[in-house]
Amino acid sequence: MFFKRSYFAAASLAFAASGAQAQISDGVVKIGVLSDMSSLYSDIGGGGSVVAARMAIADFPTKGMKVELLSADHLNKPDVGSSIARQWYDVDKVDVIVDVPTSSIALAISQITREKGKAFLVSGAATSDLTGKACSPNTIHWTYDTWMLANGTGNAIVKTGGDSWYFITADYAFGLALERDTEAVVLKNGGKVLGKVRHPLNAQDFSSFLLQAQASKAKIIGLANAGGDTTNSIKQAAEFGIVKGGQSLAGMLVFLSDVHGLGLDKAQGLIFTETFYWDLNDQTRAFAKRFAAANSGKYPTMVQAGVYSAITHYLKAVTALKGDDGTKVIAKMKELPTDDPLFGKGTVRIDGRALHPAYLVEVKKPSESKGPYDYYKIRATIPADQAFRPLNEGGCPLVK
Amino acid sequence: MEVFGIPTQALFGQLLIGLINGSFYALLSLGLAVIFGLLNIINFTHGAQYMMGAFCAYFLFTKLGIGYWWALVIAPLAVGIIGMVIERLMLARLYKLDHLYGLLLTFGLALIIQGLFRNEYGTSGIPYAMPQELSGGRNLGFMFLPNYRAWVIVASIVMCLATWFVIEKTRLGSYLRAATENPPLVQAFGINVPRMITLTYGFGVALAAFAGVMAAPIYQVNPLMGADLIIVVFAVVVIGGMGSIMGSIVTGFALGLIEGLTKVFYPEASNTVIFIIMAIVLMIKPAGLFGTQR
Repeated sequence: MFFKRSYFAAASLAFAASGAQAQISDGVVKIGVLSDMSSLYSDIGGGGSVVAARMAIADFPTKGMKVELLSADHLNKPDVGSSIARQWYDVDKVDVIVDVPTSSIALAISQITREKGKAFLVSGAATSDLTGKACSPNTIHWTYDTWMLANGTGNAIVKTGGDSWYFITADYAFGLALERDTEAVVLKNGGKVLGKVRHPLNAQDFSSFLLQAQASKAKIIGLANAGGDTTNSIKQAAEFGIVKGGQSLAGMLVFLSDVHGLGLDKAQGLIFTETFYWDLNDQTRAFAKRFAAANSGKYPTMVQAGVYSAITHYLKAVTALKGDDGTKVIAKMKELPTDDPLFGKGTVRIDGRALHPAYLVEVKKPSESKGPYDYYKIRATIPADQAFRPLNEGGCPLVK
Repeated sequence: MEVFGIPTQALFGQLLIGLINGSFYALLSLGLAVIFGLLNIINFTHGAQYMMGAFCAYFLFTKLGIGYWWALVIAPLAVGIIGMVIERLMLARLYKLDHLYGLLLTFGLALIIQGLFRNEYGTSGIPYAMPQELSGGRNLGFMFLPNYRAWVIVASIVMCLATWFVIEKTRLGSYLRAATENPPLVQAFGINVPRMITLTYGFGVALAAFAGVMAAPIYQVNPLMGADLIIVVFAVVVIGGMGSIMGSIVTGFALGLIEGLTKVFYPEASNTVIFIIMAIVLMIKPAGLFGTQR
């Protein structure tokens, strides 16, 4: 476990001691970014999430409120993640944990956060269970989820004729949730699922799974995995002539960093869903430029943008409440409308789901790309009220 | 025709894939076995050196425009030389101590090297193009075999057998083996033992780098590519018998096959099956299948 600690432009202590901050525990709002800093998801969240958090804090008019940022590496292990979360809450007096890719860890931390009455803002993890049967009054799921990915990408593909599917699924909470949600969309639209194979997280070689998918003769091979697992699947599928043989790949969760790692010649034509792309408007472009300058030239993924956006809204709620009690802040965040330069205007629903538009994107051909990170064409914008699972279908006990 | 509900056609395909993965296991475990057998060093840096081989190929291409075939020669040489520097400066001081010290040193080095590369290049991986001559593939009837993968099997088998031949059947190999058995005696015959040991370590490292270049077009060139593989390769070496050259080659290929079959019948266990076998082998034959008690 490596902790980093940095303090942010906070005005004089005299300010902090004034009556307005009386309800801020220990006089400081402590934000902990817990992410995969060293393994396969670290380009999706990781150090970039810390950069985004730092920018969100620097950009927010804190008016003398003291904000401190911590970060740690959960190594993609639920036990490590849980023990860091407990230490942060109990010993280091952290008020809110942000990001946490890897669904199994996010589910564990959501539970711990609820026990401790703190706040948890999920950007990196995907499972829609976080706002479904495992929803919590202390958790907000910010950026995206498996239902939204399945709905956006699955719908688009089935409707354009991709009606028989074979899944290659990462064998843990996230992959299974993504497969489940996508399968539901496929079946609902009259398609069928011919088979599925589950691979261990962070597998290197996918040829065996790809051969099984090839043998199934399914029109669409759905990749219910993420990060390095997805890029290796796509790369090796090209090698085995799968796309040339007439089958198509559907990357159910692909990030900007994955496309960058694959290169446009391998990634071109992939269709998937994102909630943020740096080249949407002047504000997102300005953000991306600043972000890249602080993140060794790498542009922000939607997860990193989500960290910025979630922290901005969190600080807004803390300021409005003049306090940082976890349960109260989350309630306030649901009350206030969201508005930031990256995700635009939106709301947070009672089950903890943040609502904003989603974008169905297609990866450009190398000839269409004008420069570094010019990778996507926006094929469709899915409005906020349709992008996410309807409130009554999630089975969240908070919804009455 | 079917075997346990799997068409034999599909089964052949999976066996072939297993053989391809086995090629990498064999190449990597061979390097480890050479280093352990002759130097008594448990080289935990092996995975990082494999990664460095792949990165070296990538640098050669992007910075100097040197393609795959030359990289296959230059990268092992370059990484091998770095290995020899490490051996001279650090490992050479540890030979008189317990194995554990060498293991700790090489493990630490591996973490440092991987950390440096990760900081610089992230973890999404970098694409490395397949050589034109080997792109495409052929239809074998039961599966589509990419030409490159066929080349991996052939190159790996040739490399493994050549190494085995040199160490077990030539005069040079007999010097090497004698030098590990009784260094003072061999030195008395006028052979420079420390230099021989340095060169041997360099050769083992070069094998890792060679495997790295072979892997670059298949997987992403990724700072973590070695870390993911090294544990499995260690299991292969333990199963084969620490230090046994032929043992590591045979077990490398065999475990690739077994892993391939697991991916068909119970994919969820495919990353643990090798360790299950390791546990069983250690219970029955603690020195490994081909090893001898020291």
